[in-house]
Amino acid sequence: MPRRPTFLPTLFVIVVCLCCHIAGSITSAAEGIASVLEAQQRRIDTIRQASTASVAIFAGEAGGGSGVLVSADGYALTNFHVVQPAGLSMKCGLSDGRVYDAVLVGLDPTGDVSLIKLVGRHDFPFAEFADSDRVAVGDFCFAAGNPFLLATDFQPSISAGIVSGTHRYQFPAGTILEYADCLQVDAAINPGNSGGALFDADGRIIGLNGRASFEKRGRVNVGVGYAISANQLKNFLGFLKGGRLVDHATLGATVSTSEDGRVVISDILESSDAYRRGLRYDDEIVSLSGRNVRTVNAFKNILGTLPAGWRVPLVYRRSGRRVEIFVRLAGVHAAAQLAAIVSGGDPSAEQPQRPVPQKPRQPDDPQQPQQLSGKPPVATLPQSLRGLYEERSGFANHHFNTVERTRVSQMIASRGIFKAHAGAWIFTGRLPTGEPFRIELSDERGLIDLPTGTTTVDATGDLDANPSPPGSGGMLAALILWRRLLREGPGSLGRTTYWGTAPLESSQRGTPALVVDVLETSVSAVESRFSVGPSGRVVGVELWINSDADPCEIRFLTPLASDPLEMPGVIEVRHGNELFGTFNVEAASLETIDAPIDNDVNKKAPAESGAASGATLHDSISEARDES
Amino acid sequence: MKPVVHGCMLRTVLWVAIAAVLGIGTATRPGQAATPEEVIAGAARKVVKLYGAGGGRGLEAYQTGILISAEGQIVTVMSTVLDSDEIDCVLDDGRRFPATLLGMDPRRELAVLTIAGEDLPFFALNESDRVAVGTRIFALSNLFGVAVGDERVSAQHGIVSAMVPLEARRGAYEAPYQGAVYVLDCTTNNPGSPGGALIDWRGRCIGVLGKELRSNDSGIWLNYALPADEAWRGVQAIRAGETQPEIRVSPAKAFDPILLGFVLVPDLLDKTPPFIESILPGSAAAAAHLQPDDLLIAVGGKSVASRFAVQRALGVLAEGDPVRLALVRNGTIVDVDLGPRPGETQK
Repeated sequence: MPRRPTFLPTLFVIVVCLCCHIAGSITSAAEGIASVLEAQQRRIDTIRQASTASVAIFAGEAGGGSGVLVSADGYALTNFHVVQPAGLSMKCGLSDGRVYDAVLVGLDPTGDVSLIKLVGRHDFPFAEFADSDRVAVGDFCFAAGNPFLLATDFQPSISAGIVSGTHRYQFPAGTILEYADCLQVDAAINPGNSGGALFDADGRIIGLNGRASFEKRGRVNVGVGYAISANQLKNFLGFLKGGRLVDHATLGATVSTSEDGRVVISDILESSDAYRRGLRYDDEIVSLSGRNVRTVNAFKNILGTLPAGWRVPLVYRRSGRRVEIFVRLAGVHAAAQLAAIVSGGDPSAEQPQRPVPQKPRQPDDPQQPQQLSGKPPVATLPQSLRGLYEERSGFANHHFNTVERTRVSQMIASRGIFKAHAGAWIFTGRLPTGEPFRIELSDERGLIDLPTGTTTVDATGDLDANPSPPGSGGMLAALILWRRLLREGPGSLGRTTYWGTAPLESSQRGTPALVVDVLETSVSAVESRFSVGPSGRVVGVELWINSDADPCEIRFLTPLASDPLEMPGVIEVRHGNELFGTFNVEAASLETIDAPIDNDVNKKAPAESGAASGATLHDSISEARDES
Repeated sequence: MKPVVHGCMLRTVLWVAIAAVLGIGTATRPGQAATPEEVIAGAARKVVKLYGAGGGRGLEAYQTGILISAEGQIVTVMSTVLDSDEIDCVLDDGRRFPATLLGMDPRRELAVLTIAGEDLPFFALNESDRVAVGTRIFALSNLFGVAVGDERVSAQHGIVSAMVPLEARRGAYEAPYQGAVYVLDCTTNNPGSPGGALIDWRGRCIGVLGKELRSNDSGIWLNYALPADEAWRGVQAIRAGETQPEIRVSPAKAFDPILLGFVLVPDLLDKTPPFIESILPGSAAAAAHLQPDDLLIAVGGKSVASRFAVQRALGVLAEGDPVRLALVRNGTIVDVDLGPRPGETQK
């Protein structure tokens, strides 16, 4: 019955529509105007919405620029060259007319990106990312920002235009600030627009404006601006949130165009992962990270959007044969080199395309670099930001690494009751050949029964001496640490840091990679990384017995049916180019021990090496503080 | 339950009917053929990147060209880029061809090149009429050389602001073409843009982006395009092999320094040294404390050896450009700033 009243108006509407259609020729002009007005209203609404997420950054004498909020808790992206002169903190104006304090979180000097965090609210307006690979030349776009620092009332200036080019490559200015795979726009991008977002017609972020070609008329817009692509921003966001000084990736090989137009390897480092995976001189690159490579520029574009340390698929062709490998990308810079750049140690590094005469308070003029790590930084922070900064080498702000590590720890802990299972963890099942296997993990040891024999690893000492079982690269050591992580959290794994986010390629072809949080640890003389899925399930481990060699890579696939702890149904182990084994788990038994758990933890800690246990102490202290 | 379900179904049917009616309505509306993205993607296939002589700022070795035949004729602007035995042409799909110069139209400053292509997409320049002021346009060009290989040329948007005779020059030289051009609200005076395609929102080529020229009146860089019909006449003339009268481009008019308030010694010899004879009171020269017997040695950083060289160097500057002199006085070099150069009619 209540539907009836809505039915009549519907009928009315259709009658009206039919009338309109019949009288189409008369009303089409009016319709045209109405649709233009409607489109205009939509644009106004979109721009108003996007303006709320736009940040006007003021850094006093050091100038300023623009930024854009990407989360309700106040994370905002801007350019490295905007933040660098500002130092650790800056004042940020939003379109609500209020000024917020912001603290530096993470830095990507190569990509000219920086993450800051505004404080004072938990419900900041923010903008969503679009998929920048779907942006087409000719798309409407608009820039919101603070050109010439005009936004003294914090209402951003809007300049509209079209996307002029996609996947542009802009050579590094100086030695750094490479703009790879960027979007080119004819919307006016002027000094001060740097760090502000480029939005699409729906108000989603497609890029971060940061650079323009200038000619003849000084540093003003000539209709050629460049924006860092949203997809690149997304790749690095996890690392930036972890407070890191992040680096871009290199393959360890150079490419050039052959005479017949193929993109081929022209030089390759024998120490590179790509070389170990089989890539050689003169191999033709077909695709990298799932994108086709037809020109050298395309190769540089793709590589330029990837963080150091990621593993990505690479397809090459040799003698007509197509080969797919997964390559771990190295960093472009040495850690010390990056630190020097950030602290202004390399003044040639941050020049824009054209040097300009110095003017007082030039917006986002990347000169007068100040020491980000200058002393005493914390004391100079505003009251609201105290406690949100911690200095540590290799980090822009280590405090936020602790925040992220705690978040991931809680995600892992939220999955259950591993703490109680202090006894042996036993996994039994079959290999693909049908032969049985048995894995036993405890505080004291790791053991595996295979048809070829039984091997054990002592879990109480260093793990670097024993890559058992042979050929696995350290499978038992990795499983021992995995059990320790699940049971006792990252605090039990020595110096653990939040590494960032990374794609974990699905073993099934065609399925998109899962984006995981990664924890990095150094304990018991081995390095390892743990991949944590969105639900807090640990889905993979990589463990390096020797940092120069290939790691043991373990994937925990398909949780066991009806197991509340979601123990893996399949454990896949790889080492180097080989699949060491696929372990189809049929039963998992996690023994509980009635002994008080806390004692157990305390008993274990001193068993680790001196250095590692010191780090453990440090870690547990900082965690306690975070939770308070 | 039943009547509700029934109502739902009915309403669904009605909405489908409404959608169909509206759908028919929009489908029959004209001018909805292609989105800007499609228009640009289609037109950009007919625009090529050209590489030739040059290098360095202000003398770039690249520009843009427009395919005007399926066999690979290309129209572009006449420039130093073409002063090379090896001109490379890169198509939208990344294919690279050597281009040869078929001929030039010095009056319109156009050139036609050929490449050994076949079945290439091309613009018919003779198809479109002049467009009205206010027409929305896209400019497709190889600006700043940012697109390489199979990367698409850059697209900018704007409108036709005016159609006026071209009164412009590059450096000391008047532009030989003084017919009508489209003045654009779109920054097309960038390196590499000359020779690019001006298209309307239906994808028709309505003009050829012009060279980097400055207005005679204001000295500002002009964003302009040669209308397609004018370019077409130039192409036809070149195709017909018409011998174009060699046009001597006249250097900029000599500028009389009296407009700045100083008089040079009389021109007695072929190369009379530019000594200052007298200063007009109350003039820019007087304000800058120029003195009789000062010997000018440079104007705007360029050495001047004669009286005539001074007049010509001043003529090269645009109105409003700063006039900076270097002179020798009592054996020492003195730099003097006379402020902005006045116009030539100012008395």
